[in-house]
Amino acid sequence: MCLAIPGKILSIEESNELFRSGKVSFSGIVKEVHLSCVPDASVGDYVIVHAGFAISRLDEEEARVILDYLEAE
Amino acid sequence: MKYIDEYRNLNSAGQIAESIAKITRKPHTIMEICGGQTHAIMKYGIEELLPTEITLLHGPGCPVCVTPAEVIDKAIEITTHYSTILCSFGDMIRVPGTENDLSSARADGGDVRVVYSPLDALKIARENPDKEVVFFAIGFETTAPVNAMSVVQAKDLGTSNFSLLVSQFLIPPAIESILGSGRSQVSGFLAPGHVCSVTGCVPYEVIARSHHVPIVVTGFEPVDILQGIYHCVKQLEEGRVEVENQYARSVRYSGNQPAQKLMAEVFQPAARKWRGIGEISLGSLTLREEYAAFNAEKRFGPVRYSETDSELCVAGQVLQGLLKPADCPAFGQQCTPDHPLGAPMVSSEGACAAYYKYQSNSRTSIHKAKS
Ligand code: SF4
Repeated sequence: MCLAIPGKILSIEESNELFRSGKVSFSGIVKEVHLSCVPDASVGDYVIVHAGFAISRLDEEEARVILDYLEAE
Repeated sequence: MKYIDEYRNLNSAGQIAESIAKITRKPHTIMEICGGQTHAIMKYGIEELLPTEITLLHGPGCPVCVTPAEVIDKAIEITTHYSTILCSFGDMIRVPGTENDLSSARADGGDVRVVYSPLDALKIARENPDKEVVFFAIGFETTAPVNAMSVVQAKDLGTSNFSLLVSQFLIPPAIESILGSGRSQVSGFLAPGHVCSVTGCVPYEVIARSHHVPIVVTGFEPVDILQGIYHCVKQLEEGRVEVENQYARSVRYSGNQPAQKLMAEVFQPAARKWRGIGEISLGSLTLREEYAAFNAEKRFGPVRYSETDSELCVAGQVLQGLLKPADCPAFGQQCTPDHPLGAPMVSSEGACAAYYKYQSNSRTSIHKAKS
């Protein structure tokens, strides 16, 4: 239920804020995703998507920290 | 898939498991709240990678499992007694209500449709203006914003044939309830990363401090979960109590503020029953008065809660970490995924379904786990 997966924003429809949406690619599978709650996300960014709705913008720096740490071990 | 595959790397997982073994001196019982994490733990055999001092207990984070049978009965009534289209997430369709489930309501002629998002249900309402369309709005804080958005849009668009049958729950009051029960053995928690992507870490600070438990906000892939466990064990061994954020790639400390605003505009906290567990103070969400027009219970009558749940199914204890699924006498006997007695055997996040599917990967019983 709380399943949410990262996808890359391909395009954004700039309509009014309530209906802000865009095309998001999940490894090539493209879906329409609602983007009003990630106002700082732009084309090329990754967002975490749950039930057709982006709940956060993925922070690439933070994503790398974990993996760098593992490599350094 | 980028940002998933790296976190499923089994070498990295093994590396973290070794680090955990190195720092573990004392026995610890850690509960992962979210059913999605439970499934990953079972699927990847994570418990087997851990030193025997560590016991994992599975929490109540499965909205399908904690939705009371009476709310499912209401959904069935809405689809069989009225000319409606009932839209639901797929997970809910086979969960038993008091007597029936939504799939049998569909077989009896009810128009029950599986949707991926409440926004799809709203679309169906706009395409069928002569029909009432009800969305079965279950979920935790992860799902509350999109459920809220569906009625905000419906209001804006003037879509009056759309409503929500709300079954929304909140995680922090459930943790409080587990810790306050006097029966809890949990010494540290992995908090659910997607719930916290919305709410942030702040609501967990109070719990960590007042109950003196470490809480690590954790993601869903094996590397994430093992790292979450590592941070939790480290705090326990060092006698520290903090809220740590393992899932910082998605979770900001103060969460997603537009999403919180949306939730607060549409919903308000209420005391409602959790299936198998009972009423939890301020543990649920209901629609605010301003959105009452979109409340399916106002259109089709309120849900009537009863006191008792089925006696054979001990899901309530499983959901609070008091028993493991295999401790249930019905597990794998009277209760299987084909003939579920309780919701945790049906839901893709239910602990009983996870144990059934990945049985060989588990330290199956809480008793065995401790011995
Ligand atoms: S195994 Fe079945 S009957 Fe037992 S707790 Fe799980 S869902 Fe309920």
